[in-house]
Amino acid sequence: MTEPLSYEKSRPGLPAPRLPQAGVEAPAPEAALPAGALREHPADLPRLSEPELMRHYSRLSAMNYSISENFYPLGSCTMKYNPVANEQAARLPGFAWLHPYQPEETAQGALELMWRLERALCEIVGVDRVCLQPAAGAHGEWTALRMIQAYHRARGEQRTQVLVPDSAHGTNPASAALTGYQVVEVRSGADGRISLSDLEAKLGPDVAALMLTNPNTLGLFEREILEVAKRVHASGAKLYYDGANLNALMGICRPGDMGFDAVHLNLHKTFTTPHGGGGPGAGPVGVKADLEPFLPRPTVEVDSEGAYRLDFERPQSIGRVRSFYGNFGMLVRAYAYIAAMGGDGLTQASEDAVLAANYVRSRLQGVLDLPHHGPCQHEFVASARNLAPSGVRAVDVAKGLLQRGFYAPTIYFPLIVPEAVMIEPTETESKATLDAFVAALQDIVRQAESDPDALHAQPTNLPVGRLDEVAAARKPVLRWQRPGSGSESASETSSETSS
Amino acid sequence: MPYLVHSDEDRQAMLAAIGAATLDDLLRDIPSSLRLPHLALPDGLSESEALADVRHLAGRNLMFEDRFTFRGGGVYRRFIPAAVDAVISKPEFYTAYTPYQAEASQGWLQAMFEFQTLIAELTGMEVANSSLYDGATAVAEAAMMAVVHTGRKRVVVAGHLHPEYVEVLRCYGEGRGFEMFHVKHSGGVSGPDDLAGELDQAAAVIFQQPNFLGLVEDAEALCAVAHDAGALAIACVDPISLGLLKPPGAYGADIAVGEGQQLGLAPSFGGPHLGFIATHPELVRRLPGRLVGEAHDEQGRRGFVLTLTAREQHIRREKATSNICTNHALCALAASVYLTYLGSDGLRQIAEVSFRRAHHLAERLQELEGFEPAFPGAPFFNEFPLRVRDLDGVLRRLQDRGILGGLPLGRWYPELADVASFCCTELNDPAAIDALVEALTPAGTRVGA
Repeated sequence: MTEPLSYEKSRPGLPAPRLPQAGVEAPAPEAALPAGALREHPADLPRLSEPELMRHYSRLSAMNYSISENFYPLGSCTMKYNPVANEQAARLPGFAWLHPYQPEETAQGALELMWRLERALCEIVGVDRVCLQPAAGAHGEWTALRMIQAYHRARGEQRTQVLVPDSAHGTNPASAALTGYQVVEVRSGADGRISLSDLEAKLGPDVAALMLTNPNTLGLFEREILEVAKRVHASGAKLYYDGANLNALMGICRPGDMGFDAVHLNLHKTFTTPHGGGGPGAGPVGVKADLEPFLPRPTVEVDSEGAYRLDFERPQSIGRVRSFYGNFGMLVRAYAYIAAMGGDGLTQASEDAVLAANYVRSRLQGVLDLPHHGPCQHEFVASARNLAPSGVRAVDVAKGLLQRGFYAPTIYFPLIVPEAVMIEPTETESKATLDAFVAALQDIVRQAESDPDALHAQPTNLPVGRLDEVAAARKPVLRWQRPGSGSESASETSSETSS
Repeated sequence: MPYLVHSDEDRQAMLAAIGAATLDDLLRDIPSSLRLPHLALPDGLSESEALADVRHLAGRNLMFEDRFTFRGGGVYRRFIPAAVDAVISKPEFYTAYTPYQAEASQGWLQAMFEFQTLIAELTGMEVANSSLYDGATAVAEAAMMAVVHTGRKRVVVAGHLHPEYVEVLRCYGEGRGFEMFHVKHSGGVSGPDDLAGELDQAAAVIFQQPNFLGLVEDAEALCAVAHDAGALAIACVDPISLGLLKPPGAYGADIAVGEGQQLGLAPSFGGPHLGFIATHPELVRRLPGRLVGEAHDEQGRRGFVLTLTAREQHIRREKATSNICTNHALCALAASVYLTYLGSDGLRQIAEVSFRRAHHLAERLQELEGFEPAFPGAPFFNEFPLRVRDLDGVLRRLQDRGILGGLPLGRWYPELADVASFCCTELNDPAAIDALVEALTPAGTRVGA
């Protein structure tokens, strides 16, 4: 099944849809604007009639995998069910049509929702304040690091390094670099947890922060977290929590109690807002009191009479990290989720997530390599290196799962596990689904032994087979070109690989 | 428990398979001193109760009708064709993950490829990425591209760039180690002369077209003065205006960025909206975020993949061009549906209707006592700044009639304390414009009074 591009389906001569006429007396643009300001040629946009438009996008939607249809075992991504009630909530006209520059007294409901969400998130992660402005997890990481940077600078310290474990998400070092920090890697020990001795060796007066997630990306709880926090704080650095793995912890324990000073959260992971094919999400940041003066502005405050307002008068604020007040539509969804679940429901959700990961892990013993001792928390990392004798790699396991109607786990991450296959089942998959997933993996492993070539050729039942990513990156074609328009490639030629 | 799937029997069966007696066995790595007795949150609600709670909050916001909203400042009420919401409400789109597994994500990848082409065409540039968070962070990302590309550390903002974008740019600069220099001036638009003395060692000149006040800049001259100084020219543009106005590619901009909210997205109290970025082929490897490219399988079938990923954080870590990972794909999809619904002629008409109604409103308001143009003779698109006597009183009077009047600019520009920018879109019909003018006309002089 393929579908032509909208540009390829569009045809000249189809008139614009019926649109309002100006209906007022006014000068023509040509008369009122300087000649040089006007467009000389119309933009080359496709135009499809509504019936064709709807069919085009319906066909494209059918060429996708989605959580609404089946299970995503994606480690570190927390692909859980997205409640449909939350979609209704975000589309309520009182939220969707609210202008960000309406007077505050006309937006009290929105501000109250933000206030209540902030209080709930503070309780869940154990911090004093939460900023809802960041648009995504990486944006939240960077926001937290900017606050930590401002904190040190306010104390007259110019710390230049950020420590990041070798198992960290790629956004951690990228966010640190974007904040102007030198990234120093801390090794993991043989048990998959941060090496205290390596940490000790790298801590010093130049270190601004240690970025850590707990459970770590191997799905293992950092048992020595209190000692880690003690040492980081003794060196004058701050401890930063990457919230990608928070789904293991709700109601069980809290980053703030572990000693983390700043915490980012992915509302599009733990708090069920949909991934939207890559976004939008939301990446709120929680902080302890000593970082509070540096929060982005505005914050939401409430007075003794219950009136909500935006506070822009924050002299030590790092400023703004995006326009307006964050991805408000996502905040509504997360609020609705927390309200529906309650404290008891969130706790059960995390417990079920841990249970599901351990269940799948136990069922995969003897199927894939399990390089670390359990128990795991909400996810675990297996390795496909046991299939190496047949020439089968993690990528083949991934594509074999696509063939069998499942999405692939996260592969080749974390970097410290060869042929990594990282699995996070979440709490919203039934035992039957998990059993079917395990059966698919068992089938792949059998095929790896009996017919590895067949596995290398998969998937064969999807709109396309394996695509040549190397060729695509070598001579990138990043846009459609009208035939005969001359330029054959949107980018210069060079050699590049993509993994 | 809403959204949870296991029965207690399931849980027991899973524990038994694991070989654990209780769930606490699985949590044994957590020091007991860290275990939380319980979350101090209210108990959960039924779906009807939860939605009632949310509806109550939504109801506490005052709704201004579309046609009575004359306030913009970067977020605009525009008509959203039903097709847009129908497409982005498809769970096959909105509940999908980032399309890393290309074979199972062709629908999304193709939609992104179409979006990249649409933005490139709209801006007159060669390549666009598959989305950023919003206009403000798009400006900051473009500035960082320029800093890396030129090896210079000074970014110059010309005049009336959206003040929140300026703040975001400053915040990125203070972290990343580049200086943001804001050339302020008392005129409505920036002249090249305002900038000339400030461009030594500048990495980029950033301007907004039309600018935050709604006025049309001499974009060609601003790009030329940037290039004379060896700086890149970064244009932050209103995508609807590009139905009428010259695109950045035609006046020499090196990077075009902007806020795409107007392309089919609700105001939603400021987000989620859509950042876009487009540039020349020479700068493509400095672009932040995801790029989709054409690829082929063994049978020669065309497909699409995420490509040039060696720019990105999951491959390059601290050497990535940006830290962005999650983007605003679903918002980009809305924009694609919107633009494909309209086509070139439709976009031009939306732009022109907005333009004409705004010009009509400007003329009508200027006829009233106590209203005068803040920058007489300055050309504008669909938003314009007026000096208004007793601005607070005027806005209150409008609000009492359910009309959201112009945006007061004093909070950002002390010298414009009595100025508000009014905007019109295709939703502000002639009768709504009449109602606005009527509300501001002194009782004795009203037509027919």
